[in-house]
Amino acid sequence: MNIVVCVKQIPDPAAPQSFDASNNLDRSGKLILDEADTYGVEMALQLVDKAGGGEVTVVSMGSASDVAGIRNALAMGAAKAVIVSDEALRGSDALATLAELLQLPSITFAKSVEIDGTTLKVERQTESGYDEVTAPLPCVVSVTAGVVEPRYASFKGIMAAKSKPLQTLSVSELGLDGQVGAAGAGQAIVEVVAAEARQSGEKFVDEGDGADKIVAFLESIKVL
Amino acid sequence: MSISSLWVVAEPSNGSFTTTSLELLTQARALSASVSVITWGDGASLAAQAGEYGASTLFDVGSLEGALPGAPVASAIAGLVATKGAPAAILIPTSYDGRDIAGRLSARLNRTVLTNVTGLVDDGALTTEHPVFGGTQIVRARFSGEGPGLIVVRAKSFAAEPSGGPAPVVESAPVGELGTTGSAVIVNSHVEEREGPKLEEAPVVVSGGRGLGEASQYALIEEAAKLLNGAAGASRAIVDAGWVPYSHQVGQTGKTVKPTVYIACGISGATQHMVGMKGSKNIVAINKDADAPIFQIADLGIVGDVHQVLPALIAALRARN
Repeated sequence: MNIVVCVKQIPDPAAPQSFDASNNLDRSGKLILDEADTYGVEMALQLVDKAGGGEVTVVSMGSASDVAGIRNALAMGAAKAVIVSDEALRGSDALATLAELLQLPSITFAKSVEIDGTTLKVERQTESGYDEVTAPLPCVVSVTAGVVEPRYASFKGIMAAKSKPLQTLSVSELGLDGQVGAAGAGQAIVEVVAAEARQSGEKFVDEGDGADKIVAFLESIKVL
Repeated sequence: MSISSLWVVAEPSNGSFTTTSLELLTQARALSASVSVITWGDGASLAAQAGEYGASTLFDVGSLEGALPGAPVASAIAGLVATKGAPAAILIPTSYDGRDIAGRLSARLNRTVLTNVTGLVDDGALTTEHPVFGGTQIVRARFSGEGPGLIVVRAKSFAAEPSGGPAPVVESAPVGELGTTGSAVIVNSHVEEREGPKLEEAPVVVSGGRGLGEASQYALIEEAAKLLNGAAGASRAIVDAGWVPYSHQVGQTGKTVKPTVYIACGISGATQHMVGMKGSKNIVAINKDADAPIFQIADLGIVGDVHQVLPALIAALRARN
């Protein structure tokens, strides 16, 4: 069982974020592996383990100068990584249309994934609960955050990751000249404006009267 | 109204279109004189409702025979674009199936998708508004290529209001050859029962976060919500931790709520959470950390321990009932 996991590196969400002069997200700071992607990596590692063979490859798009996040996926246990990196990709919209382009079935929002021979069995989240969905392999699956416990990279894993293959491809090597980046994005940002700020109201330190203050507030807005 | 025509993907659910579908129809009607609906399954029996909300044509994809909607509905819409000509834009609800349809349609039509949209205005051209950085800034964008633009709109971005229009013309929208793309099928559906009003529609939402300390303390949230005839919500942190099911999650990757009052208990206010609730009419926050970002948007902030304030609130509410 071989599995490809699409991951991305993002600016640390805990750090302040801003746009650059051309309204692209400023990615000049430290990049980390998007936490949501670690669930996909973990799910893939578990499925490969269960199948008793095969490997996990991570694929990413973005700058190849800071790959700490990609190395983290390798340290978790992925065998190799491919990064599509090119200045021409700046302003490119993520092609989240993989399944259609590959002409494969897809199951999004998976909260559990099982493989039964050549059939994939997935519990897929719905507005009111979940559906059991099946599809033949190969299939494109997106995994919901929080459904598995992503492993921490072990010291051994971190050391091993340093020598795992990490291949960088440019847009020309993929044969996509002129189809990507802001020119191929099909949309343009007109402007970025400040949202109407919500004013904060009153703040009290609870001195045993916090609940009373809430009740009085609920009365004032006629909820009680 | 200079926008030639708009199509709206309307999802059927339990004998009605989803509220988000009706919100999109209402806004489409305000922007264009020609609004059509694309639906499937039971949707064809909802033609009267589509008309009431302003659609003049209903394109019926028909039964999906258990397949996930993404592939067949995208195929049918691509067929419509080829036979009827492209509308200015296709509006799609931000939902599990809506996102699938948008993704596949983007590849089929080679058109851009704009997602996470909360505003749609016509200021000479169709302009989309996207909240970023926890809703502190708004990105305004436009399509630059040929139509149709694909626009995925968040729930509660507009109010749903009927216009009392007549029943629309119903036309069939056949699904093309799907090959293996259509082979993901639903074999069983499970509904996770919850008491009281639906999270998205409740006038009062009481939500819990990490500050509760442990999963069993979520019972306090449920109790308070019940006493206020409201619904119980959750931050992503405690959903990820497995304390409560995902269907309780409020935020960017969960549900958007706009209740009369939102009571955040032990929620610090990560941007990902605030996006889903900052449109609430009133916000009350209880948090130990006086510097928690949630206090910046709270009308009433209580700096204190949820384990003391919530039980006291529950006792006070019980005493009134």
